[in-house]
Amino acid sequence: MVDLPDHERGLLRSLLGQLRELLLSGEGGLQRLFPPAYADDPEREAEYRAMVHDELLERHLASLDTVEETLEATSVDEAQLLTWMGAINDLRLVLGTRLDVSEDMVRVEPDHPDAGAFAVYDYLTWLLDQIVDALSG
Amino acid sequence: MSAPSIAPTVDPAQVDQPVDDTDEVADRPWIVLVWNDPINLMSYVTFVFQKLFGYSLDKATELMLDVHHKGRAVVSNGSREKAELDVFRLHEHGLWATMQHDR
Repeated sequence: MVDLPDHERGLLRSLLGQLRELLLSGEGGLQRLFPPAYADDPEREAEYRAMVHDELLERHLASLDTVEETLEATSVDEAQLLTWMGAINDLRLVLGTRLDVSEDMVRVEPDHPDAGAFAVYDYLTWLLDQIVDALSG
Repeated sequence: MSAPSIAPTVDPAQVDQPVDDTDEVADRPWIVLVWNDPINLMSYVTFVFQKLFGYSLDKATELMLDVHHKGRAVVSNGSREKAELDVFRLHEHGLWATMQHDR
C-alpha cells in the first residue's frame, strides 16, 4: 500500500522530472549513475562504457516512467515497488552527490543555503528505507 | 557467428589474439568488488546483494558490513563475461562496483 500525502507525491513527480531532464541533457554531473567498471584499465573501461551506457540510460529512464505512471496509485505490486526503489535511489545518488554528503555528516542548520535540499535528501532516505523494509518483509 | 569446424581455415599464427588469450592471466578468474560510498543505505545494499546474487540475509549483511568497514568487498567472481554482467547489474542499482583479475 502506498500511503503518501499529495504534496509528497507532487515532490516526487517534480524530482523525477528533473532527473529525466538531467539524463536526457547529456550534461555531466551524473557520473554516480554511470560508474566505471575497470578502474585501472582505460581501454577496457572505454569498451564497457560503449557497450552498456545506452542500456543503462534506458533503464534509468524506464524506471522514471514506471514510477510516474504509478505515482497516484494507492497500492503497487512488488515489481513496481522494486522500480520505485531504483528510481528513489537514483534520486538520492544524484542529490547526495550534489550536496557532497559524507557518512559522518552532522545535520545542517535550518538557515544553511542547502537546507531545503538536505531536507529532500532526508525525505528520500526515509522513503527508500520504507520501501526496502516493505520488500524485505 | 560461423559454424564450428574441426580444421582451422585460418593459420592461427596469423590471427591477432587478444593478449589475455595467450597469457596465463587469462586463466585467473575475475572478481567483482563493491566499494563503500557515503550515499547508499546499508539496508539498501544488503537488499540488493540478496536480490542480485541470491545471498542469504546473513551473507548479504556480512558483505555489506565488509564494504562499510573495510571499504570494499568481493561480491562475486567468474569469467570476464559473468563479472561484466554482475558489474552492470550492480551499476543498474547504483552501487559502485568494479572488476579486476583475482590476484
